[in-house]
Amino acid sequence: MAFLWFWLVSVMFAIYIVMDGFDFGAGILHLLVAKTNAERREVLGAIGPFWDGNEVWLLAGGGSLFLAFPKVLASGFSGFYLAMWLVVWCLMLRGISIEFRSHLQDGLWRHFWDGTFAVASVLLPVLLGAALGNVLRGVPVDGSGYFNMPLWTDFRLGPQPGILDWYTVLIGVFALVTMAAHGAIFLAWKTQGPVHDRAKALAPRLWLLVLVLWVLATATTSLVNPGILSNFPKAPLAWLASLLFLGGLALVFAGLRRDQHLLAFLGSGAFILGLLAATAACVYPVMLKSTLSPAFDLTALNASVGGHGLRTGLVWWLIGFPIAIGYGAFLFRFHRGKVVAAEEGEGY
Amino acid sequence: MGDPLFWHRLQFGFTATYHYLFPQLTMGLALVIVILKGLGLKTGEARYSDAARFWIRIFGINFAVGVVTGIPLEFQFGTNWARFSHLTGGIIGQTLGMEGMFAFFMESSFLGLLIWGEKKLSPRGHFGAALALWFGSWLSGYFIIATNAFMQHPTGFAVAADGTLQLTSFWSFLLNPWALGQYAHNMIAAVVTGSFAVAAVGAYWTLKGIHPVQADLNLRTGTILGLIFSVLVAFPTGDLQGKLVAKYQPIALAAMEGRFESGPRAALTLIGQPNVPIRKIENPIKVPAVLSFIAYGTFSSNVQGLLAFPEELWPQNIELLYYSFHIMAGLGTLMIGLMGLAGFLLWRGRLASTRSVLWLLMLAVPFPYIATTAGWAVAEFGRQPWLVYGVLRTSQGSSPLVHSGHTAFTTLGFAGIFVVLSMLWLFLIGRELAHGPDSQAH
Repeated sequence: MAFLWFWLVSVMFAIYIVMDGFDFGAGILHLLVAKTNAERREVLGAIGPFWDGNEVWLLAGGGSLFLAFPKVLASGFSGFYLAMWLVVWCLMLRGISIEFRSHLQDGLWRHFWDGTFAVASVLLPVLLGAALGNVLRGVPVDGSGYFNMPLWTDFRLGPQPGILDWYTVLIGVFALVTMAAHGAIFLAWKTQGPVHDRAKALAPRLWLLVLVLWVLATATTSLVNPGILSNFPKAPLAWLASLLFLGGLALVFAGLRRDQHLLAFLGSGAFILGLLAATAACVYPVMLKSTLSPAFDLTALNASVGGHGLRTGLVWWLIGFPIAIGYGAFLFRFHRGKVVAAEEGEGY
Repeated sequence: MGDPLFWHRLQFGFTATYHYLFPQLTMGLALVIVILKGLGLKTGEARYSDAARFWIRIFGINFAVGVVTGIPLEFQFGTNWARFSHLTGGIIGQTLGMEGMFAFFMESSFLGLLIWGEKKLSPRGHFGAALALWFGSWLSGYFIIATNAFMQHPTGFAVAADGTLQLTSFWSFLLNPWALGQYAHNMIAAVVTGSFAVAAVGAYWTLKGIHPVQADLNLRTGTILGLIFSVLVAFPTGDLQGKLVAKYQPIALAAMEGRFESGPRAALTLIGQPNVPIRKIENPIKVPAVLSFIAYGTFSSNVQGLLAFPEELWPQNIELLYYSFHIMAGLGTLMIGLMGLAGFLLWRGRLASTRSVLWLLMLAVPFPYIATTAGWAVAEFGRQPWLVYGVLRTSQGSSPLVHSGHTAFTTLGFAGIFVVLSMLWLFLIGRELAHGPDSQAH
């Protein structure tokens, strides 16, 4: 049961990254691909109906983690205290930027919110990537099950690292570029005219950068935490996940070459989902690795709640998950086709 | 920086109080919008959908602030209350997870359709979006209330050998009697907030002599709903909530009333000042035997005072609890009186011309907000010194390694963000009020 919930939680967070990832990506590229007000409203119109629902995956994933592995949530959230609030503040500013930007027909007002939206969209993937980096590298959790980390120390690794060190920043940059590349494909798919052309031109270059950073991130991860890659041959789920992300990568390039951007978008989603799933398969059962001693690791086995809670949660999860997917499918279908910038006084 | 626990409590209390200023209007307006859209569908009259369109715009601005101020609350369980989260996550994680799965996905999917979809959807489709937002936001409210109810009166759990609380009965946890009572009381209070806002806007436009059709409709809708729900919030739901407190938290009841001595035919203190060091309520005005009746249904019942309980079980801040309760109950009474008067004048056809009452309706908007905030203060201060009543003390629930300086810093950060959000809210809502309703019919 703990194994199953490890995967449910991992899949929820991976879906979160794929879904919020495309609207993060749109935000990262917002100032680059959209120059005029109409173009910016096109970008916002493309993600406007989705961003809030995408963010719910984070809350639903967090809720799943809470119910199944409360010890991990308690340790991780309190240990990353300051970084957590940076994430929250960025999420708040970003949401407000999207929702309030077009309420006023005023150039400065809109420039301000465009800027806020872009900055928050850049910071969030870096922070979330760094969070993943921390999980892979390990944190100084001790026998009490808790830890407390400074935001950064000297950017070097060691038993008492900072939340940001060279490795976690690298993973953060990898996440940033991947989200941007993912968002570029989304915008190429959903927009037309200059926004489409610019996003389309950026996408292959960003994806080449993703490849470079992916190799770099994999190599450094094997240095920082050798256990992860040595688990790979023993984890059949990691092979499956690898097939998914390699297939996704092939679809990305095939889709981009043939101008089939929906195909490329599905590919980039599969790439992110597969990469995260492969990572989860390789770290299982460890959820929060200790830099002090393997005995202090928080794992899916020693941090899960009792069986009755997990079984109960599974019942409603199995009902809720298809409904959530259904809403998403309905929204994509309702807003199918290319986005048109909304008229003044309406829309995002 | 002092005691970390103080800062954790301050941060949660501050952010939760600020957050709830928004959902109470959202949830109340959601019902108002459903009613207006429904009347529009049924009668085919444009004035109903015009009114709904105006309130949907207010709803959208308010909802956005509610969403972004709600995110920090979900995070604070882990960041500030780590030991509490560790011990109870297997239980309250259920309702918090279900809130995401069943309520938030629904709300977020249909929000855009409600706000921007009127032209794209059929009238029935748009009504459906309103219905989804109403259902989703009220469902979300239930999961949060059920979570809080577990802290007020835990049910459906057992304490495991390692000290964690484990779920034993899902339905007993989800259908906690405390949750049912508190939910009814709280949701009706949200409709009171919504209807006071509607009545105030109607009064404002009537006083200014603008938008006559919409002014009349809003005044009428707000007054009728305001009267019905102001009464319902006191009776039966407020009464029921009082009986729940009497049954499950008799110490909190004694503290709410500033009652130190026990005895039958307990008097209700209307006003007075509790002096805790000398265990006395000073300068009281009391109504004999009414507290016994409110708490237990008969005038002769014995109501225990604080002195009947060990002092270590008393809520720490009895004065604040006492005043919060009296502010809530006092404002509740005033609101029934105001809406009763407005309702009477409406019935006699004189409301729109009675400017003094229009002024009162326009200026009464803060009352339901204050009463609701005070009501939650009663619930949360009354729960002290427990985090989970009778099971886990508040002092045992905070994060062990988070410094008070960090919490103070982020609390100040939130104060800054909230100032900005408040200004944005006032500015954008003010623009909508100045712009007024517009009709898509012509």
